[in-house]
Amino acid sequence: MLNTLLPILLFAALGLAVLGAVRRLRMWRQGRPAAVDLLGGLLAMPRRYMVDLHHVVARDKYMANTHVATAGGFVLAAVLAILVHGFGLHNRILGYALLFATVLMFGGALFVFKRRLDPPSRLSKGPWMRLPKSLLVFAATFFIATLPVAGLLPEGFGGWLLAGLLGLGVLWGVSELFFGMTWGGPMKHAFAGALHLAWHRRAERFGGGRSTGLKALDLNDPQAPLGVEKPRDFTWNQLLGFDACVQCGKCEAACPAFAAGQPLNPKKLIQDMVVGLAGGTDARFAGSPYPGKPLGEHGGNLHQPIVNGLVDADTLWSCTTCRACVEECPMMIEHVDAIVDMRRHLTLEKGATPNKGAEVLDNLIATDNPGGFAPGGRMNWAADLNLDVLADKQSTDVLFWVGDGAFDMRNQRTLRAFVKVLNAAGVDFAVLGLEERDSGDVARRLGDEATFQQLAKRNIQMLSKYSFKRIVTCDPHSFHVLKNEYGAFGGEYPVQHHSSYIAELIAANRLNLGEHKGASVTYHDPCYLGRYNGEYEAPRQVLRALGIEVKEMQRSGLRSRCCGGGGGAPITDIPGKQRIPDMRMDDIRETGAELVAVGCPQCTAMLEGVVEPRPLIKDLAELVADVLLDAPLASKPLADTREPAEVH
Amino acid sequence: MNTKVISLVSIGAHPTSGRSRRAEQDARAVELGLQLAGDNLQVLHAGDPQEPALRAYLGMGLAQLDVLEQPPGADALGVLGDYLREAGAQLVLTGSQAETGEGSGMLPFLLAERLGWPLVVGLAEVESIHNGVALVLQALPRGQRRRLKVRLPLLATVDNAAPKPRQSAFGPARRGVLAARTVEIVEDELLEGAELQPAKPRPKRLKVIKAKSGADRMKAATAKASGGGGQVLKGVSPEAGAQAILKLLVEEGVLR
Repeated sequence: MLNTLLPILLFAALGLAVLGAVRRLRMWRQGRPAAVDLLGGLLAMPRRYMVDLHHVVARDKYMANTHVATAGGFVLAAVLAILVHGFGLHNRILGYALLFATVLMFGGALFVFKRRLDPPSRLSKGPWMRLPKSLLVFAATFFIATLPVAGLLPEGFGGWLLAGLLGLGVLWGVSELFFGMTWGGPMKHAFAGALHLAWHRRAERFGGGRSTGLKALDLNDPQAPLGVEKPRDFTWNQLLGFDACVQCGKCEAACPAFAAGQPLNPKKLIQDMVVGLAGGTDARFAGSPYPGKPLGEHGGNLHQPIVNGLVDADTLWSCTTCRACVEECPMMIEHVDAIVDMRRHLTLEKGATPNKGAEVLDNLIATDNPGGFAPGGRMNWAADLNLDVLADKQSTDVLFWVGDGAFDMRNQRTLRAFVKVLNAAGVDFAVLGLEERDSGDVARRLGDEATFQQLAKRNIQMLSKYSFKRIVTCDPHSFHVLKNEYGAFGGEYPVQHHSSYIAELIAANRLNLGEHKGASVTYHDPCYLGRYNGEYEAPRQVLRALGIEVKEMQRSGLRSRCCGGGGGAPITDIPGKQRIPDMRMDDIRETGAELVAVGCPQCTAMLEGVVEPRPLIKDLAELVADVLLDAPLASKPLADTREPAEVH
Repeated sequence: MNTKVISLVSIGAHPTSGRSRRAEQDARAVELGLQLAGDNLQVLHAGDPQEPALRAYLGMGLAQLDVLEQPPGADALGVLGDYLREAGAQLVLTGSQAETGEGSGMLPFLLAERLGWPLVVGLAEVESIHNGVALVLQALPRGQRRRLKVRLPLLATVDNAAPKPRQSAFGPARRGVLAARTVEIVEDELLEGAELQPAKPRPKRLKVIKAKSGADRMKAATAKASGGGGQVLKGVSPEAGAQAILKLLVEEGVLR
């Protein structure tokens, strides 16, 4: 009896799954076209799934092992079940293999089940609570149904009762795992996830690569949309990426805005985009809502504007673009790209950049700096330093990119300290002086691609006049933009953050350093240096060279928490329950350190804005400059020793 | 609303960089116009239709900006007056003073004189327009407002008391049309013959702080400016009134 029932159930579920897959593919393809290597991506997909994705998941060993057992067991079991029970290949070896696969899957599913007994708040509930049971039922029923094939039980064992039970079990199992995979059940993540990895918009991220620069908008084509207004304005592989979300909530747990009670939850945002893709409301979302925004009040579809239907604008403006969600996401979904795409529409089409946004953008257009300071004052900080200006020199080893911190009195201390270090090392360097403009970082992240491109093109044109070996800057935001985002406009430069450069100078023994005295020190990783550019080690090397043993925070390195200063967040200033820098300062206090070393003007400003008493904040350059010893490194021996004169 | 509203705009200059931009007060005139007339607002400029700074006004959501094409230095007064009369404008809004060019702040006065229209300076809000009569709020110093009832057509200048201009967005700025129209070019004889020199900052009266206590200072900062020696003339003949004004002007040294 089972021999006729099982194939019918299996093939019916498979057939429906194929139908669902076609339907889902057609949904995704309603997005805008994207340049994707379709075939190459598919071929590279297994490796991306099993290596790149596994690396991300493997940060959590429990889940990685669980997933390998469950997913591996399931894929094996599904293939074998189709062969054995679908096509009736009652081969004993296949039978044993299928038994093994189901046992493996059952074991994995038990751990999934266990985690779901008391799930952390970041996990979505709802249908996801059903999934471990479905997995267990699938594994158990196919195990029992396969026992006769392996010859461990006689054919027809258990009679009609068992056959009926097994039939029901298989029905449940294949409904969830085959049919549900393409019709929007929790298992959708496997299907959409695999294709998302194949046709990812940043294929460079696989194989250990890094791709963090925002993608340029085509402003030359007046027909091209300026950002994303409706879900269909996303590229089709972005829509596919949203569909791949497994709602694990790692992004939610890492998001500084969510923790601060601002109305943003990256997981919910991605699920809202899925609602936008499939149509409906967010009432059935089974995870944490945006803080302060109840579920069920937002909805939309592919053809309706997103903002004020699906998502409120303040949700989009809460993001600090710190990329913590992107780095945490085991599906490698690109949250920040989606947020900036939607911001672009708000800024470029609606003129709706909140709070100080419009003023900052106007200032950037009119004065090349966000503060609206007179451009002629850009070099006032160095009035007494006699710096070489590149326009006079034409060529130099190191081009010191000063950044807009030049107008900020606190940051001027850092800049002057770095100049002191450069001079002490005898570096041949020059600045651009009044020719330097804002890098365009904040304009781009506020969605003003037009102003960004204008600044970028002018900077590139200006830089092309001169020759230099590398650019060094104290500002990770300028660093990132110069290094990763000017390339699209023809500006390819070797760029370094001052921490990497100082580390190099120390390694080359060009600095005569004393020991840091007194205060114990922790280090705060800037997002745009760490997660955006992978530089975690150089700043720590520098601190070690000063004789500092860094008291690491729990959230450090890859998992460092944003200071709240990125992505124009201090400008749009969306209210929450607490401030992000206050939370970060609590992290710092937890280490007991009396001083926090930073490497970013934004972080300095945000952390110094926390009310005292609090640890001191010092830039790496300041710490190094403080312990510089005056004596030249290759000091000559003292004057020849004289014979002590005899005194009578 | 069926009232024909036209906002006059000029090219501005950023106070610290001097780069051309939308003029702050003119942008407020456009904002007020947009709030009153929405898409029916007409925006007018006399000058160079190629000037990129004009696009910043289009970026506020205008489909079109009309430009009376003139070379720099030409007199805008006559062409603006003729155009406004022909266009049947009912309410004309403009900033108080241009940020570039002569920047004398005289244009609204001369234009109102030429058209024979009433002029309201420092318009803060238009409360209503009924049967050709506008009820408006005029801004006075220290946040005070004066409600005026004015017959249309009306020319009004706005200053910083008017609503803040909306953000200028790239998309509409790029799409909007700068519709140029050829007009007769009138030489500005006064400007031709004049000699321009950089303005000196106006000398400031030394501030003597008489207040002895915080309460006094607070009072000084918040109290109404009291004219003191003013004189209210009521029920006098026009000749007697004119005589009194003339006497005051001579006393104050305005007339000699």
